[in-house]
Amino acid sequence: MNSIEKQLLNEPKRIVQNVITAVILLIFIMWSLTAVDLSNFTSNGLAIAKNILLGIVTPNTDLLFTFNTNGVPYLLVETMAIAFLGTIVGAILAVPLAFLSASNIVPKPIAFLVRLFLILVRTIPAIVYGLMFIRVTGPGPFAGVLTMALTSIGMLSKLFVDVIEDLEVNILESLESIGCTPFEKIRYGIIPQLSAMFMSIVIYRYDMNLRDAAILGLVGAGGIGAPLIFAMNGYKWSEVGSILIGLMVLILIVELISNKIRNKLVRGY
Amino acid sequence: MSILKAKSVELPNGKTITFKRSKAPWIILVLLICFYYSVQITGFDMQVLAKRIGQFWVIIGDMIPPNWKYLNKLWQPLFDTIKMSLLGSILGAVFALPLAYFASSNMIKNKSVVAAFKFILSLLRTLPTLVAALIATFIFGIGTMAGTVAIFIFTVAYVGKLLYEQIENADLKAFEAMHSMGHTTISAFRCAIMPQIMPNYLSNAIFCFEGNVRYAAILGYVGAGGIGLMLNESLGWRNYANVGMILLLLVVTVFIIESISEYFRKKLM
Repeated sequence: MNSIEKQLLNEPKRIVQNVITAVILLIFIMWSLTAVDLSNFTSNGLAIAKNILLGIVTPNTDLLFTFNTNGVPYLLVETMAIAFLGTIVGAILAVPLAFLSASNIVPKPIAFLVRLFLILVRTIPAIVYGLMFIRVTGPGPFAGVLTMALTSIGMLSKLFVDVIEDLEVNILESLESIGCTPFEKIRYGIIPQLSAMFMSIVIYRYDMNLRDAAILGLVGAGGIGAPLIFAMNGYKWSEVGSILIGLMVLILIVELISNKIRNKLVRGY
Repeated sequence: MSILKAKSVELPNGKTITFKRSKAPWIILVLLICFYYSVQITGFDMQVLAKRIGQFWVIIGDMIPPNWKYLNKLWQPLFDTIKMSLLGSILGAVFALPLAYFASSNMIKNKSVVAAFKFILSLLRTLPTLVAALIATFIFGIGTMAGTVAIFIFTVAYVGKLLYEQIENADLKAFEAMHSMGHTTISAFRCAIMPQIMPNYLSNAIFCFEGNVRYAAILGYVGAGGIGLMLNESLGWRNYANVGMILLLLVVTVFIIESISEYFRKKLM
C-alpha cells in the first residue's frame, strides 16, 4: 500500500450522513411536489406564451419611444424616481435604527428588541404597505415612495449593523490617546470606516428597489407596474413586450452602473 | 470654487504634495438635482404625509387584535406557499449548476458561449418575481404552479450568478492536475471544483429559499396561489383583523425559517 492509497483511506466516510441528507431532501421534494397543479394548464397557455414572445420580438414602438406621460420612457423615469426617493428616505431612517440594534453600541436587550422590530418591518410584504399608504396619500407615486422607504429600512439596517459591528476600535483608542475630542473621533475615526460600505449598501438597495418599484404599480402606487397589468389583462401583447423591454434594459443598465460604483467604493478600483 | 481647489502641503524637505481633489461636492450636487426632480415627479409632499399619516395607524389599529378564528383556514395556503418556494428553490438551485458551469469563463473556452449564458442569467434576473408570476399565471393558469415557476426562474438566475462568480474565482491547480492525469473535464470539475464551491452554493441556495418564502407570500396577489391569495382577499374586503392574522402568521413562519437557515448557513461556512 503506497502513501497515496493510505491518504485515500483516511478520507472520512460520510455515507450514512449523505444517505440521511438525501432521504430528507427527497421527502421534502415529494411533499412539495403536491403543490404542482397542472389542472389549470390548457393549450391556451402555449398560445399565450407564444404571444408574449411575439410581443417582445415585435414591441409597440410608438409606446416605447413616446415621451409624454403615457410612454414607456416617462414610466421608467417615474419608477426610478420612486426607487431613488424611497431608498434615500429609507437609508436616513435606517442609520439610527442600525446603531440602536448594534450590540457593541447599545445594551443587549435594546439591541434585541430593535432587531425584532426590524424583522417585523421586513417581513410584511411591500404590497401590504402599498395598500396601506394608498389610504394615506391616495393612489400614485407618492404612496410608492413611502412604501419603498419602509421596506428598505429592514434590509438596510440589517446590513448596516454588520458593518457597525465590524468597526475597528483600535483607531478610536489611538485617536483618544492623542487627545481627540468625541466629535473628532466620530469625524476621523468612525465616518471614514463606515461611509464607503454604507454607500455601497445603499446603492445595492437602490438596485433592488428599482425592481420592487416596478411591481408596486400592481396596487396602484405608481410606476410601470399598472400599465403592464392593464396591457396583460387586455391581451395587448405588443404593449406588454415594449414595457418588458424597457424594464429589462433599465434594470440591466442600472445594475451595470451600480456594480461599477460599488466595486470602486469597496475595493478602490 | 474654493471648495473644489486641491489642497497642497509643503513638506519639511521642500517637496509640495497636492491632495487628490475631492469629488464629493459634485456627487452631492448630482444627488440634490436627482432629489429635486424625484420630488417633482412623485409628488412627494410632507404636508400631506403629516396630515394623513393617522390613516396608516388606523389600519394598523384595525389589525390588532388579529382574528384568531381565521387561523385554521390559513394552514393550507401557508403550506402551499412553503411548498411552492421549496420546490422552486430546490429545482432552481439544481438547474443553476449547469447554467453557471457554462457561464464561467475558466471552464468554457468559447467566449461567445460564456457571454450568451451570462446574458441569459442576467436577463432572467431583471424580471421582477411578481411580473414573472403574472406571466406564469397567464401560461399555467391560476394556482400554485405559476408561483413555483416564478420562484424557479428567480432562483436559477440568482444562484446561477453567484455560482459562476465562485467558479471563476476557484483555485484551478487541482483541476488542472486532474485534467493532466486524464480525467474528463466533467469528472475533474466534480472532484476538484465542486468541493470548493459547495459550501457557498448550498448557503446561497438556502438563503435564496429564505427570501423566496417571503416573496411567495405576495405572489398570490397576481393569482399565483398560496397565502397571498388569502391576503389579497382580506385586503379586498378591508377585513384588517384577518390581514393582521395573516401577517402575524407570516412573520412567525419567516422568523422560524430564517433562524433555521441561519443555523445551517453558519455551519456551512
